[in-house]
Amino acid sequence: MTLLQVSDLTVIRRARVALEGVSFALGAGECVGLVGANGAGKTTLMRASLGLLAPSRGSSSIAALPPAARARKVAWLPQTREVAWPVSVRELVALGRIPHGRRASASDAAAIDAAIAAMGLNGFEERTATRLSGGEQARVLIARALAQDTPLLLADEPIAGLDPAQQMTTMSLFREFAGKGRTVLCALHDLGLAARYCSRVLVLHKGRLIADGRPETVFDAGILATAFGIRAHFEIGDNGPLFQPLEVL
Amino acid sequence: MRWRLFTLLTLLVALLFAASLLTGPADIGVTESLRALIDGKGGATVLVMREIRLPRALLGVMVGAGLGLSGAALQGYLRNPLAEPGLIGVSASSALGAVLAIQSGLAATLALALPLAALAGAVLAVLLLLLLSGPRGGTLALILAGIAVSALATALTALVLNLSPNPFAASEIVFWMLGSLADRSMRDVWLALPLMLAGGAALFSLGRGLDALTLGEDAAQSLGIRLPRLRLVMVAGVAAVVGAATAVAGVIGFVGLVVPHLLRPLVGARPSALLPASALGGAAVILAADIAVRLIAPERDLKLGVLTAIVGAPFFLHLIYKTGKEAP
Repeated sequence: MTLLQVSDLTVIRRARVALEGVSFALGAGECVGLVGANGAGKTTLMRASLGLLAPSRGSSSIAALPPAARARKVAWLPQTREVAWPVSVRELVALGRIPHGRRASASDAAAIDAAIAAMGLNGFEERTATRLSGGEQARVLIARALAQDTPLLLADEPIAGLDPAQQMTTMSLFREFAGKGRTVLCALHDLGLAARYCSRVLVLHKGRLIADGRPETVFDAGILATAFGIRAHFEIGDNGPLFQPLEVL
Repeated sequence: MRWRLFTLLTLLVALLFAASLLTGPADIGVTESLRALIDGKGGATVLVMREIRLPRALLGVMVGAGLGLSGAALQGYLRNPLAEPGLIGVSASSALGAVLAIQSGLAATLALALPLAALAGAVLAVLLLLLLSGPRGGTLALILAGIAVSALATALTALVLNLSPNPFAASEIVFWMLGSLADRSMRDVWLALPLMLAGGAALFSLGRGLDALTLGEDAAQSLGIRLPRLRLVMVAGVAAVVGAATAVAGVIGFVGLVVPHLLRPLVGARPSALLPASALGGAAVILAADIAVRLIAPERDLKLGVLTAIVGAPFFLHLIYKTGKEAP
């Protein structure tokens, strides 16, 4: 089943091509990493796919939906971690239930509890969200997106600013989420984590999709040199995929 | 906890409303005045209660609730605790409309001219605002457009005062702009009520969208909130409520700023819960202030807007100071 179909997506802003002719489809059960150098168009691609940004050309199956229906299909975790008011952690996570109707129901409470537990936030429910540390706040916002309980989750650098254990916990949570027939597309800078946790990697370079496939096919010397300008070592050893950057070309 | 707060605020508004009905230069007993209000027997007392004190108390509730509600909605939308109805230029434009009505002499010949001109000013401000900030303009565009509209309206008001050939008209304008609920009639109530109700209903409908905006504009949109629509409803609602309030009471500042700020911690900072709380809180503050101006200087006609500014401004400075110290 296809959860997201993007065709020929092109975004031109102020005469600069931010995204050019990007096409791909996401099926159910995938944990997809979106990688590329800074300014390669990762955020633009996700926002245009969501319909938050009007493309100059091309289409996205999700963007075509009416806003309320879209919000039940896909959750979006922006990179900017904005929490405007000092609400409690539980209230913040509960915002993820907005697309599911006005009246608070038992399924709302269950989804909120599950999201809080998944992000290891038990005991934090009544804390004020704006007074948490950066990492804690990031986890609360991921929990908010999980509480939305959608088949598809798009996350923009969700693990930036988390410590190594939290990064791995979050990535395995995403993989587990994908294992339940849902799909995650997350922009990542850590190619090592992308190699270990993602079943599929999309590589963007200057607004174009230059590679799309399993980590071992995508992390090829030529693609890495083009997209990142680096040389790296990649192997699938006894401990799973290992990616080690070696030098800047 | 929230229900207790709402019950307390409602009780407070009811008490202050009763106190407002019982405050005034005419020395009338409690039972006598209430009886005159209800059964309409008692000559002059009936006149005082029904024609002077009742509209004054009703306008106190309406204007206060409108200002508190608009402040809470604007702060929620702009995600800025320093936002207030005056910020988007509606108060200033509304005042300009009224000033023009006084200056041109229309207000003297036609009693409805002043409130109608104030409303026209508010509507024009909104149209200009939407034109300046564009159909999909963001928060910053709206604030900047608001500042521009506000500055323009203030400058034009100053120009009218400057060119005023008649010193009496000029002083009437200045007094009107200070803001007051004295000498209003039931006609003012009926004029403002429909707009206040329509605008208030529009603002109350925004609760969920404002809650979602806690996470920023992108996240709110991804939660299914139609931001352009929310923005339009909010601006129109604020224009109707603040335009109507300014039309009947002049410019009354700081209520829309201080009331939401004070009540925010008591509702757990949730924007949707802050809307009704600020409406009640605003009504209580205006009723109390309007009682105070009658008690402090009964013979001098102290203006309500002057009192709210004198009490509100230092209080707000204190709040800013406190917030600054608490910030990490």
